[in-house]
Amino acid sequence: MKPTFWQRMDLLARGFTPFGLTLILVVLGQVPLHIPGFAEVAPIFPLMAVYHWAIYRPDLLPASAVFFAGLLQDALSGMPFGVNAAVFVIVHMAVMSQQIFFQGKSFLIVWLGFSMVAAGAVTLTWALNALVFAAMTSVEAAFIQYLVTVGVFPLLAWLLVRWQRTVLAQM
Amino acid sequence: MASRFGYLGLVLAAFALMLLGKADLVVMERVRAHVTDAVAPVLAVISRPAATFDRLVVEAAALGDLREQNAALAAENKRLMEWQAAARKLALENTQLKALLNFAPGAEPGFVTGRVIADSGGAFVHSILVSAGKRDGVTKGQAVITGDGLVGRVHGVGTRSVRVLLITDLNSRIPVVLEATRTRAILAGDNSERPRLIHLPPGAVMNPGDRIVTSGHGGSFPPGIPVGVVSAAGDGQILVKPYVQRDRLEYVRVVDYGLKGILDSTFAAEGAGISK
Repeated sequence: MKPTFWQRMDLLARGFTPFGLTLILVVLGQVPLHIPGFAEVAPIFPLMAVYHWAIYRPDLLPASAVFFAGLLQDALSGMPFGVNAAVFVIVHMAVMSQQIFFQGKSFLIVWLGFSMVAAGAVTLTWALNALVFAAMTSVEAAFIQYLVTVGVFPLLAWLLVRWQRTVLAQM
Repeated sequence: MASRFGYLGLVLAAFALMLLGKADLVVMERVRAHVTDAVAPVLAVISRPAATFDRLVVEAAALGDLREQNAALAAENKRLMEWQAAARKLALENTQLKALLNFAPGAEPGFVTGRVIADSGGAFVHSILVSAGKRDGVTKGQAVITGDGLVGRVHGVGTRSVRVLLITDLNSRIPVVLEATRTRAILAGDNSERPRLIHLPPGAVMNPGDRIVTSGHGGSFPPGIPVGVVSAAGDGQILVKPYVQRDRLEYVRVVDYGLKGILDSTFAAEGAGISK
């Protein structure tokens, strides 16, 4: 049966949600939470989304969309333009190259994979910032931010998996 | 493979943007200002419940030690009353002496108050977005303060949002003096919670607890805004604990003292002393 116009619109809208959610995570990450000491080590939510969708639905969050999300992150966070864009695209590329490995693996493996990818991403962000500003920033803060990001990952991954099974179920 | 070239193109584009940002800050800042302006209304809405929730938590926590707090506040109030009496006497004396000297006071500062709508956080950049902008008369380089002290300076200006570089940011350099000894120094952020004092004159003596205020040199800030206290001195590193806590920032004031900023250093900041 040929899908009707509205069915096609519905699918189109659903297909757009991974990108939309990633952009929302970029914006939500900017909200001041007023938790003492939290701002310096706030988890990098969009990175988790980039990783998650690269494993499960790379067709819905292509590299160009990842690049755009990175640019928005750069613009809002005040980092030099291009830093997060480069980091997100490289993360996407790294995960895509291991896509077959991740297929059907348990969550623990996916989490372990994220801990490695995030380590690379934070190190790269640190190096690019050092390069652009020609100065070393605190390694300690970057490390804590990495730990927080890895620690929060299961929570967001759970939400994204729920989303995938409900909203994107028939896609 | 085509996708490999696609990745390469995107990564190269990102690096090109970094280079462009290094070479031409004006264009990039304008782009950034437009993007933040576009997202500012959304952030202004989302940051409200977060702030309200935070206030609820703080209030609930405060209920527990009300009695203790009350006693502490009563004691503090008594002490402050003594200070008030001293301040009144000094203010009177000051006006009388100024009248004797025929002192020309600086312009009255103008304020723009804005809400903190974004604190992007992260280990690499220390900046916040404030819901005020060009339409409110904010310009680049102005000082941003709270009741506690100096927050930072205006770094990028959009129509309805401004980016404030905090004094703890890697790129922040603020001319300061030690309040008691008038020793000059530069307060340099390094993306940690405790900025350092650099370019001290040889033989300068610092002790933990010494108050640091802006010096007004360089013409970007007026003198006398409280910045912080020396928290640790020794082994070549003098760290400062800022009065302003980043996580407590909710409303901030952008202050227009009518100074031209570092671009026009002939406009002597010392002459434009703040009158309140």
